[in-house]
Amino acid sequence: MAAPTGIKSPTRARIAARTLRTDRWWLYPTFTALVLLAFVVYATYRAFSGQHYFAEPYLTPFYSPCVTTECVEGSAHLGTWVGDWWPFSPAVLILVIPLSLRLTCYYYRKAYYRSFWMSPPACAVGEPHRRYTGETRFPLILQNIHRYALYIALAYNVLLTYDAVMSFKSPEGEWGHMGLGSLILVVNAVLLALYSLSCHSCRHIIGGRLRNFSKHPVRYRLWGGVSVLNGRHAQLAWASLVWVAFTDFYIWMVASGTWSDPRFF
Amino acid sequence: MGYDLQMKVWRGDATGGELVDYTVPVEEGEVVLDALHRIQATQSGDLAVRWNCKAGKCGSCSTEINGRPRLACMTRLSTFEEGETVTVTPLRTFPVVRDLVTDVSYNYKVAETVPPFAPEPRPADGQYRMQQVDVERGQEFRKCIECFLCQDVCHVIRDHEENKQSFSGPRFFLRYAELEMHPLDTNDRRELAREQAGIGMCNITKCCTEVCPEGIHITDNAIIPMKERVVDRSFDPVTWLGRKIFRRDQLPEAQVPQGRSE
Repeated sequence: MAAPTGIKSPTRARIAARTLRTDRWWLYPTFTALVLLAFVVYATYRAFSGQHYFAEPYLTPFYSPCVTTECVEGSAHLGTWVGDWWPFSPAVLILVIPLSLRLTCYYYRKAYYRSFWMSPPACAVGEPHRRYTGETRFPLILQNIHRYALYIALAYNVLLTYDAVMSFKSPEGEWGHMGLGSLILVVNAVLLALYSLSCHSCRHIIGGRLRNFSKHPVRYRLWGGVSVLNGRHAQLAWASLVWVAFTDFYIWMVASGTWSDPRFF
Repeated sequence: MGYDLQMKVWRGDATGGELVDYTVPVEEGEVVLDALHRIQATQSGDLAVRWNCKAGKCGSCSTEINGRPRLACMTRLSTFEEGETVTVTPLRTFPVVRDLVTDVSYNYKVAETVPPFAPEPRPADGQYRMQQVDVERGQEFRKCIECFLCQDVCHVIRDHEENKQSFSGPRFFLRYAELEMHPLDTNDRRELAREQAGIGMCNITKCCTEVCPEGIHITDNAIIPMKERVVDRSFDPVTWLGRKIFRRDQLPEAQVPQGRSE
């Protein structure tokens, strides 16, 4: 039998309990796990369903940009240059981008390490693993690609903004119209952009990597702005996640004819 | 108004120990350290507890109160319900000496491994100059009182004794960050942060930030920026290619700029 380690090490105070915390420390990891699981189940179903993702002029963010020949008419804003070789729904091709950003995000790392990996489940609560190497080995060493996931996600945000702008057309293609879906898509684009810009890698690239702020006043000011956003990164992570699912759900309902989109003008 | 506080205090040493029950009369406005001192004065004169300033600035009275790493002198009894039992144990990451006193020398050994501040040579007039924005950046890191609560709560060493050989812990990532961001420092500690301090072991669960009595944003302002600097140095293929193309990788280590002159 392996020698006891961690809080059971022979030199430490001999206390049998894994934790002596009396508060509801399990609430955060449980809630996080439930919400993330619910999102994963919903997103997986929607991504593989391959239908009800476009209701002129609304394209759900799960399928944007739609670039395979399978895309329904009018939904392929960037053309169908991928062709017909892609065997799955067009969404699967695209969702890799936001997925890689969120998987490697410093906030989500905390969230899923605590709630799924239980490493640790909460502060000062013993973790169940006998060994721990952190992010020093494959596959977790790949977390270091986060900045590249950010670069791609920023380009993706431009496309989502384009979708939001296009939603101000009428179903007949005339500009100057707006429906509830337009508002939902605008909020979605804004939240996803704020989430991406508030990222820790973005903060580093903008100015955090500098040694002398005083020699780079413009980058220093930008760093200050990103730092303010960064302080809300966790909230933006959750808000953008929930809203993108809601946006998809709304367009799904409109596209399937379950409800109609109220038009403001 | 005073009341009788129910307490459980861990008593013992490395050979064994147990939680001992105490009933302590306490007054409004008191803190956990006051209650411990009252036990010492009236019930158990041999209770070992380390303390000094009683103002949250010396970092001596670090303990675990109801399972959470806290300073005993800064934990007000009004935090708890009147009938609630308050449990106090020593820090569970370090070897226990006796009762609530632990041997935190691990931290001082790690401190010795951090290369000290190495400023560039003084200019001709002998005066170093720093702009206010550059001075302000490091102030947050210098608020650290070395209570080692962040070290205590860090699961990398709390739950894995063997990692103490290869992991420095949040308090020292703070030190690495402070020096790395100092405009006058000439050392490049990024490789050290990865190889020697084991920053890759940290998985960003932010417990260090949660327990810091000084409210230092250890994870957001020190650990993640250091991780990103390590990425610049070791994991970013574009930066790596740039070093190859401009042959910066052939310069002696101390001269490798990689953004250092910025």
